[in-house]
Amino acid sequence: MSTVKTADAAPEVPRSKADISGRARKARKALSNPWASTLAVVIAILWTIPTVGLLITSFRPELDIRQSGWWTVFGSAFAGEGVFSLQNYETALFDGSTNLIVFFVNSFVVTLPAVFIPITLALLAAYGFAWVDFKGADFLFIAVFALQIVPIQITLVPLLSAYVDLGINGSFWTIWLSHSIFALPLAIFLLHNFMKEIPRSLVEAARMDGAGHVQVFFRVVLPLLTPALAAFAIFQFLWVWNDLLVALVMGDLNTFPLTVRVAELAGSRGGDWHVLSAGAFISMIVPLIVFLSLQRYFVRGLLAGSVKG
Amino acid sequence: MTIRMASKRRAVALAATGASLALVLAACADTDDGGGEDGGGEATQATIDCAAYEEFGDLEGTEVSVYTTIVEPEAETQTASYKPFEDCTGVTINYEGSREMEAQLPVRVQAGNPPDIAILPQPGLLQTLVNDYDAVLPAPEQVEANVDEGWAPEWKEYGTVDGTFYAAPLGSNVKSYVWYSPSMFEEAGYEVPTTWDELMELTATIAEGNEGATRPWCAGVESGDATGWPGTDWIEDVVLRTAGPDVYDQWYTHEIPFNDPQIVDAFDTAGEILKNPDYVNGGLGGVDSIATATWTDAGYPILDGNCWMHRAANFYQTQWPEGTEVAPDGDVYAFYLPAQTADEKPTLVAGEFIGAFTDRPEVQAFQTYLSSADWANAKAAATPAGGWVSANSGLDQELLATDFDRLSAEILADPATVARFDASDLMPAAVGTDSFWNGITEWFASDLSSQQVTDRIEDSWPSN
Amino acid sequence: MDWLLYAGDDTGHKFLLMIIAIVLFVALMGIILFVVDRPRNPSRWFVGFGFVGAALLLLTIGLVYPAIRTIINSFMNRNSTEFVGLDNYIRAFTEPQFLIVLGNTALWVLVAPLVATFLGLVYAYLVDKSRFEALAKGLVFLPMAISMVGASIIWKFVYEFKPAGVNQTGLLNQFIVWLGGEPQQFLLSRPLNTFLIMVVFIWIQAGFAMTLLSASIKAIPDDIVEAARLDGVSGVGMFWRITIPSIRPALVVVLTTIAMTTLKTFDIVRTMTAGQFNTSIVALEFYDQRFRQNEAGLSAALAVLLFVIVIPVIIYNVRQQRLSEDVR
Repeated sequence: MSTVKTADAAPEVPRSKADISGRARKARKALSNPWASTLAVVIAILWTIPTVGLLITSFRPELDIRQSGWWTVFGSAFAGEGVFSLQNYETALFDGSTNLIVFFVNSFVVTLPAVFIPITLALLAAYGFAWVDFKGADFLFIAVFALQIVPIQITLVPLLSAYVDLGINGSFWTIWLSHSIFALPLAIFLLHNFMKEIPRSLVEAARMDGAGHVQVFFRVVLPLLTPALAAFAIFQFLWVWNDLLVALVMGDLNTFPLTVRVAELAGSRGGDWHVLSAGAFISMIVPLIVFLSLQRYFVRGLLAGSVKG
Repeated sequence: MTIRMASKRRAVALAATGASLALVLAACADTDDGGGEDGGGEATQATIDCAAYEEFGDLEGTEVSVYTTIVEPEAETQTASYKPFEDCTGVTINYEGSREMEAQLPVRVQAGNPPDIAILPQPGLLQTLVNDYDAVLPAPEQVEANVDEGWAPEWKEYGTVDGTFYAAPLGSNVKSYVWYSPSMFEEAGYEVPTTWDELMELTATIAEGNEGATRPWCAGVESGDATGWPGTDWIEDVVLRTAGPDVYDQWYTHEIPFNDPQIVDAFDTAGEILKNPDYVNGGLGGVDSIATATWTDAGYPILDGNCWMHRAANFYQTQWPEGTEVAPDGDVYAFYLPAQTADEKPTLVAGEFIGAFTDRPEVQAFQTYLSSADWANAKAAATPAGGWVSANSGLDQELLATDFDRLSAEILADPATVARFDASDLMPAAVGTDSFWNGITEWFASDLSSQQVTDRIEDSWPSN
Repeated sequence: MDWLLYAGDDTGHKFLLMIIAIVLFVALMGIILFVVDRPRNPSRWFVGFGFVGAALLLLTIGLVYPAIRTIINSFMNRNSTEFVGLDNYIRAFTEPQFLIVLGNTALWVLVAPLVATFLGLVYAYLVDKSRFEALAKGLVFLPMAISMVGASIIWKFVYEFKPAGVNQTGLLNQFIVWLGGEPQQFLLSRPLNTFLIMVVFIWIQAGFAMTLLSASIKAIPDDIVEAARLDGVSGVGMFWRITIPSIRPALVVVLTTIAMTTLKTFDIVRTMTAGQFNTSIVALEFYDQRFRQNEAGLSAALAVLLFVIVIPVIIYNVRQQRLSEDVR
């Protein structure tokens, strides 16, 4: 990263050959402790089994799901019985008046701006709160932080009324705006905390050189925060992608995303859970791809990745 | 009249001639399972008498939005039934079904963004929309004329709030049914009971043969955030039988308190079956498993032979797993839940209602269509797999898809039938969709007595 | 104008709108920053509001205004047509049904964030720098990719009950049967059911905690770790005496964030039990009263209670931030 040099210059962040060997030793250490490894494996398994169960369930015929546990498939499959079927996926994908592709498209169109807009806004605001010492900044920041607790549900009617008055109800714009508003408190709060961890000396050095806040923001802070941004972007992506409430209230037939479709799969009277298991996995595919492709940012660490190289 | 069943939920070829009108249904049978075609959607075409809608003027190119709780797969037959109207008038119907509709509709109404028409799953919601938001428009005269012609006065009453008629009934459900396996009964030599005493005798006889998880009855009231409603139906059915229709009316209008001795009595009578571990819960567990068993699966133990009887509404027909034959000689069928004597026929019913929030000509025209016998017949024709009936007297019963639907239609049309609407749908929301549901679930899950539960529900009755 | 608002069912048009939205937004930000940067010697106040102004505007319209309206409504009757004083609050604090709800909520706020954060932390620490770190983190992060409703369905499968003598379909009961026990109705008895529902929440949120905490663990300067090691600290001691103090600020952030999410989350309880069997929490009760019972007043009072519950969390958080800033 281009900022590594600056980071190296900062006295708080020592970086030397010794660190690297220290890390290597630590790595060996962690692995050599059998208890630690066992515990990690146990947690990983506990966290995975329920999902695996649902995945297997989604491939089983309706009657089997009801009559035996999903773990029995291993025995039956071993005995050579046909235990899997694609019927649930077929129903989820094709049994409906609207092509599933339409819902996928809507999910994308809803999600991308709803991730991009609040993050950009929050980034600016977080910088303002963290590094521009203006009067009332502390108070405003605490207020924004406290807004996290406002339940989305109480805002639905006032917001929707406002959209109706503006004549923009039922368009994508209302959904983007709503998601942006709801994401802001947490986004500002988290990004502010990351920004605060940037060594003060870095920012001050740049200010000494005569850089204005806009320059500091773009040249010093933004590059350092890239991994944190990527991480938060993933969270926001997951939240928006999985959102049902906003999509239902603010949207209409032409904007409904995948979650709306999946929610319908359970049928008018709430039966058909077998189809729902397939639907759940269809809607998980994209978040999983996004997560896996951006995962390196998580593994590397949010700030650590850039400040320490 | 020929009815040829294709695979469940898929299109069917059907040609029919009604008595009062001609229905020509062109259809293509889609018998393979691989395709992703609409069910009834484009397959069925019916022609109706278009003259009824001419007085609304030229509607070509206009649109009407409909908001309902009816989602796939039932949504397909619903939209298919709108086709004749769309063909007649050139109106496009924008159909939106959501399971969250009951919560979302008031939000949209308050925000000034209501749909043109909402299909309200219960009269309680209509009352809320009228009383709290003053949002529903009174029904136009054509609709009222249709309802006066096709529906019994009680049904019109359910769509009326404070003397103003708002909402025409759409479909009807018959809830007083007991599902059973005809072959199991035959093998054991059991007769379908015709009085309550016979029912209890039969139950006792079956219980003598209890083995393992097998019990005479099975039940389940879990239904997401509507958990409890199948239990309230049970109680309502018993109130109709032990206390009679008059007390029933006083009960839901709160002329007698909820914990009136006659009601407590009905709870106890229902409890003789539902709280008796020797009688329930076949294949599902003990008494408390009624509280957690999903209502959609609660009758399935009949198929495994673990359960003999399951009280559930006519629409339970569509809940049986794919491949289950619903017929008098099939895998499962239902008998009328008997009353004290074989001559009485108190029947618990329910249905949906059509509320309109705008009064553009195309909306009123569509409202008129939905309240007509034409629609009922088009819906019957568009529902090849069955599971739908209407108490509209103009419904041609021959068009109904299954023997069972015809049985329901007969019960609805029978002069001996004393129909009463689902009481929980008529009680104030704080009781009907809250404390009654919770109370009954609690009644199964814990050892609360009938008196304690009814006291608690009475306490929650809104004071004004 | 309509073209900019509605895309109908035209896919190309939808994507075009999406791009327009993003470009418009970037342009807007550009203008704001350009204006902020313009004056030679801008006042701090001017610059500050340049940065935070747009966000504050949206928050005021979208959150502050509805919140104030809610507070007002909490003193009104069910239609918000009449002033009723504290009636709604009295109901919320006296009716036994609501007392259970308040108790459950307290349990949730106290237990769920702590357990989720602790598990996320331990896991992040254990897999840190191990060979399978990416895979290991991926597995625990997986539940984050599932919606709350989806996750609840998954766990309903796990807790499923079938009577003895019939094939179990729920994994937990199958284990009990394998061990020779009687199958249980897990979701019926309080307080066990509340804890079992919390498991779903923890299952989801541990991934969130792990991700953020893992970043902080990696940011611990190596010389601190090295020094501790030379002093003979290792294993569990290292975890308690070095790791936790070093990432204290991040821990506070994660804990409070999850605590706030806990207070707001209602779909898990709704899907698992719909609040039956004494499992309801304030957020769900609020939703029910507001949208199912149309009790605007009572539901508003419940929402205000949520604000009130969170005040100590905010104060604690602000204190911690001040502390860590002082250290710096």
